[in-house]
Amino acid sequence: MLSYALTFALTCFALGFAMNVLAFARAPGLPDRILAVDTMVVNGIALIVLYGVKTGSGLYLEAAILLALTGFVSTIAFCKFLLRGSIIE
Amino acid sequence: MIARLIPHPGLSAFLVLTWVLLTNSVSLNTLVLALLLGLAIPVLTASYWPDRPRLRSPVRLLCYIGLVVWDVIVANFQVARIILFMPHDQIRSAWITVPIDLPSPEALAMLAGTITLTPGTLTADVSADRKALLIHCLHAPDPDATRDDIKQRYEARLQRIFA
Amino acid sequence: MSLALEILVSAALVVGGIFGLIGSFGLLKLRGAMQRLHAPTKATTVGVGCTLIASALTGLAATQAASWHEVLVTAFLFLTAPLTALYLAKTHMLTTPPGELPPTGTPRDWSNRDAPG
Repeated sequence: MLSYALTFALTCFALGFAMNVLAFARAPGLPDRILAVDTMVVNGIALIVLYGVKTGSGLYLEAAILLALTGFVSTIAFCKFLLRGSIIE
Repeated sequence: MIARLIPHPGLSAFLVLTWVLLTNSVSLNTLVLALLLGLAIPVLTASYWPDRPRLRSPVRLLCYIGLVVWDVIVANFQVARIILFMPHDQIRSAWITVPIDLPSPEALAMLAGTITLTPGTLTADVSADRKALLIHCLHAPDPDATRDDIKQRYEARLQRIFA
Repeated sequence: MSLALEILVSAALVVGGIFGLIGSFGLLKLRGAMQRLHAPTKATTVGVGCTLIASALTGLAATQAASWHEVLVTAFLFLTAPLTALYLAKTHMLTTPPGELPPTGTPRDWSNRDAPG
């Protein structure tokens, strides 16, 4: 049962990832593109965690932490750039 | 003297806890490094965060967090229903202004975060004098009711938590 | 792994997957930039939260020792989601015509368009 649920969750997040790529391609403006990439990062974190569950290794979680950290900072940096024209004030 | 060395005891405790969780082990060298970071970072960043937030009742804060977690779960089912089953022309999005009377910037930040995580509302901006929040609702047939709900459910509680 | 725990983990995985999918679907389906902002900030965050609960439970069952990294990732996602949404909303407001936003009701304008000083 667990392996079926795992496959289901992996399929869902992979589909979501594909939808994000489509949203990225169809986005009308830059803020929408940033939103699509940010969602992609969150879905990527979920995929990494699920793969960690599948392989039974705790190492993947460290990658998830790093992705959560850098994804957040890069989204804020992009927004700051659009808002002010510079990242570091 | 102590207030200068440890400007934010809460932040220090939070940093120590985060470091221990990150290394995933409780040993002497982890704790020493955690304490070092927990003491150094608040001192180095003290000029960016001058006032210490005054908590009136930590128990109420825990109750508040419980309430927010419950609301987040409910919120997700509502947003999921709107996304899946509501046709485009029935979704009534609205901007609303919520006048705010909170004592500290920390309380305001907490309210803004709560609003973003809960039912179909999203904090977009704050007025320059920090007396009003701009909120976008995904589906609000009655914007005034949403505004009163935010004021009664969250702001009143935060006013009691932060002195 | 006991049956009850297995059912719990499977339920968390299925719910998490569905919410993650709904969040990404909302990004495609909703019209208007501000509406689209609602979908990922809520549904996806909870989807990942459920996945992390499942991961923590399986780790607990496999090694008998709690792994705290899941707690960190969850806390981090829930702390940063409102900030990301706030910044994206501010960026959207740059292109929103001024007449569309409601008045503040106070002497000063919204901080995004208020002149400094």
